[in-house]
Amino acid sequence: MSAPFAKLPNWAEYGLIPVVNLVVAFLISGLVVVFAGENPLKAAYLMVSGAFGSGEGIGYTLYYATNFIFAGLAVAVAFHAGLFNIGVEGQAYVGGIGVAVAALTFDATLPWYLIFVLAIIGSMVMGALWALIPAWLQAYRGSHIVITTIMFNYISYSLMLWMLNKVFKPLGSMAPQSRTFGPGGELPKLDWLLAIFGLDNGNSPFNLTFLLALLAAFLVWVLIWRSRLGYEIRTLGFSPGAARYAGIYEKRIIIVTMLISGGLAGLLAINSIMGDQHRIQQEFVSGAGFVGIAVALMGRSHPIGIVLASVLFGMLYQGGAEIAFDMPNISRDMIVVIQGLVILFAGALEHLFRPSIVAAFARMRSGSAASTVTTGA
Amino acid sequence: MGNIDIYVSVLQGTIRNSVPLILTALAGLYAERSGVVDIGLEGKLLAAAFAGASAAAYTGSAPLGLLAAVLCAVAFSAVHGYASISQRGDQIVSGTALNFIAIGGTVIIGQAWFNMAGRTPSLAADAKFSDAWGLPFADSLAGIPVLGEIYSRILSGHYWLTYFAYALIPITWWVLYRTRFGLRLRAVGENPGAVDTAGISVVRLRYQAVLLGGVFVGLAGAFLSMAVSSGFTKGMSAGKGYIALAALVFANWKPKNILFTCLLFGFLDALSINLQGKAIPLVGEIPVQLWTALPYILTVVLLAGFIGKAIPPKASGTPYVKER
Repeated sequence: MSAPFAKLPNWAEYGLIPVVNLVVAFLISGLVVVFAGENPLKAAYLMVSGAFGSGEGIGYTLYYATNFIFAGLAVAVAFHAGLFNIGVEGQAYVGGIGVAVAALTFDATLPWYLIFVLAIIGSMVMGALWALIPAWLQAYRGSHIVITTIMFNYISYSLMLWMLNKVFKPLGSMAPQSRTFGPGGELPKLDWLLAIFGLDNGNSPFNLTFLLALLAAFLVWVLIWRSRLGYEIRTLGFSPGAARYAGIYEKRIIIVTMLISGGLAGLLAINSIMGDQHRIQQEFVSGAGFVGIAVALMGRSHPIGIVLASVLFGMLYQGGAEIAFDMPNISRDMIVVIQGLVILFAGALEHLFRPSIVAAFARMRSGSAASTVTTGA
Repeated sequence: MGNIDIYVSVLQGTIRNSVPLILTALAGLYAERSGVVDIGLEGKLLAAAFAGASAAAYTGSAPLGLLAAVLCAVAFSAVHGYASISQRGDQIVSGTALNFIAIGGTVIIGQAWFNMAGRTPSLAADAKFSDAWGLPFADSLAGIPVLGEIYSRILSGHYWLTYFAYALIPITWWVLYRTRFGLRLRAVGENPGAVDTAGISVVRLRYQAVLLGGVFVGLAGAFLSMAVSSGFTKGMSAGKGYIALAALVFANWKPKNILFTCLLFGFLDALSINLQGKAIPLVGEIPVQLWTALPYILTVVLLAGFIGKAIPPKASGTPYVKER
C-alpha cells in the first residue's frame, strides 16, 4: 500500500487536491450554518455578492487579503524550514509599535512616502525581534517553537495593552489608542487601480500596502527558490539530518528564518495602522495572524498559492460581514470555524482523499493507455 | 485578621484554579505518553465548557451537563485521533484546527441557541455544581491553630470534582507505572515499533489514550462553566489549555510533578487576582498587564530549560507507519 504517496500530475497535486479539501471544508461549514438555523445557499450567495458584487466590496476583500498575504508568507517561510510559527498574530501586533512610532514622530514633518519606508523598517524590526526570542529558544535551548510562540502571543496582548495605555495614549484621553496621525501617516488608497477595471473603491480602505504585499510575495519566491539561503532553509525543513551533513548550520538557519518570518508578520501592521485607522489601537490584527496558518496550508506554502488563498479568505472576511448583517444568527465568528475546517482538511487531513484520487488517475491511465503503460505501475 | 483572610483566599483560589489545569494536563499526559501531541487541549476545554453549560441550561441537570461536556471533548479527541493516528496527519496542525473550530463554533452555536451574544444563560443552582463538600471533622478541627485553619478553611469546602481531580494524580501514577496498560502506553510513546513487534496494536493504544484524555478535558471544561462560574462566556478558557500543556512540559511528563506545576500556576493566578492594583513593598505597584502575562512569561522561562531539562516521550509527535 504505497498508493497514498504515489506521484500525481502537478495540476492535481497543487490544484485538484487543495480544491477538494476546500470544498469539503465548505460543505461542513454549510452544515454549521444549517445548525444555526439559516439557509447555507443564501449565506453563500450573500458572501460572494458581498465580497465581489461592488467596487467597494472588492476593495474591502483586497484590503483583508493584504493582511493575509503577509501572514501567509510569514507562516510559509517558517514552514519551509520545518518550523511552525503560530506567533504571527503577536509578531504583527508588536510590529505595530514600529509603524506607530514612525508615524507619530514624523507625521507632521515628513511626506508619507518617507514615513512609509520608516514604517516598513520599524515594523519588520519589531516583528523580527518578537520572533527572535522563540527562535533563539528553539535553536539553543530546545524549547518547542509552537509552545513558545503561543506564549508570546499572549504576552504580546499584555505588552500592547500596556503600551497603548501608558505610551501611546494622549493625555486626557480614555481610550487605549494613540492620537490620529497627520497627513504624513496616511497611505494613499488604490482607487486608481480599481478604476482601471471600471470599479469604484468607495469607502473601502484598500491601499498601497497591497502592492507591498505582492512585492513581498515575489521576494519570498526569490528567497525560497532562487537563493542559497532559501535552498538551505528548504533542506533543513526537508531533512534536518541531511542539512547537518551538508554542512548547513542548523541554529543559524532557524534564527534567520524566524527573523524573516517575524519581519513579514510585522509588515501586516502597516495595512491597518497607516492604511485604514491612521492610529494604533487595540486588537488591530484581529486574528489575521492565525488566518495565515490556513492560508499557508491551502496555498501549499507557495507565494502564488498564498496570494490566491488570501483573496479567498479576504472574500470570507468581507462576505462574512455582509452575512452577519443579514442573518442575525451568524456572526463573523463563522469565519473562524471555516478557517479551522480549512486547516483541518488542507493540513492535518491532506491525505484523506488522496488514495481515491490516485486510484482514479490509475484507472484513467490504464483505461486509455493500457497497451503502453505497464499495469500496476 | 485581614491578612489571614487574604492568605486563605489566595490558597483557596490556588486549589480551585489548579483543578482545570490538573485535569487538562493529565489529558495531555495520557495522549503524549502514547505518542500523540495534543495542542488542541485549549479548544477541547472551551468546547466542553460550552457543551456542559448548554446541556445543563436546557435540562436543568448538572449530571447531564457533565455528560455532555465529556462527550463533546471525546468527540473532538476522536477527530484528532483520526487525523493524527489513522490519517497520520500533522498532529500540531490538527490540534490548531480543532482550537479554531471550538473558538468559532461555540460563539456561533451559542448565539443561535441562546441569542445572548455568545453566552449561555446563567445556570440555576440545580444545574451547576453548587454543593461544596466539607471534609470530615472540618468544623470540630477548625479551632486548632494553623493546622485546623488550613484543614477547615483551605482544604475543606470544595466541589467533589476538585477532590476527584486531585485523586486522579495518584491514580494516574498507578495506572502508568503499575498496570499493563500503563506499561504499554509508555512503551508506545517511546518506541512504537517495539510495541507493534510484540503484537500489540499501536493504533488501538493511541486511540485509547487520546479518548481517555478527552474524558479528562471534558471534566475540566465542565468545571470551568458549571462550578467556577455559572454559565459559559465567550472564550472563557482564556489560554488555560496552553498553560496546562506548559505545566505538562515543565512536569517532565510525570504525574507527580503535574501536581506541583499546576499548583504553582494556580497560585500565580490567584495571587494576581488578589494583588491587582496593590503596591508591593520595595517594588511598587505592578501593572495589571504584567500580572496577566506572568504565567506565560514564566512558562517561557521554564521551557527555556533554565530550571530543568524537559525530555518528551521519544515518539511523541510522529505518526506511526507500520511498514517502514
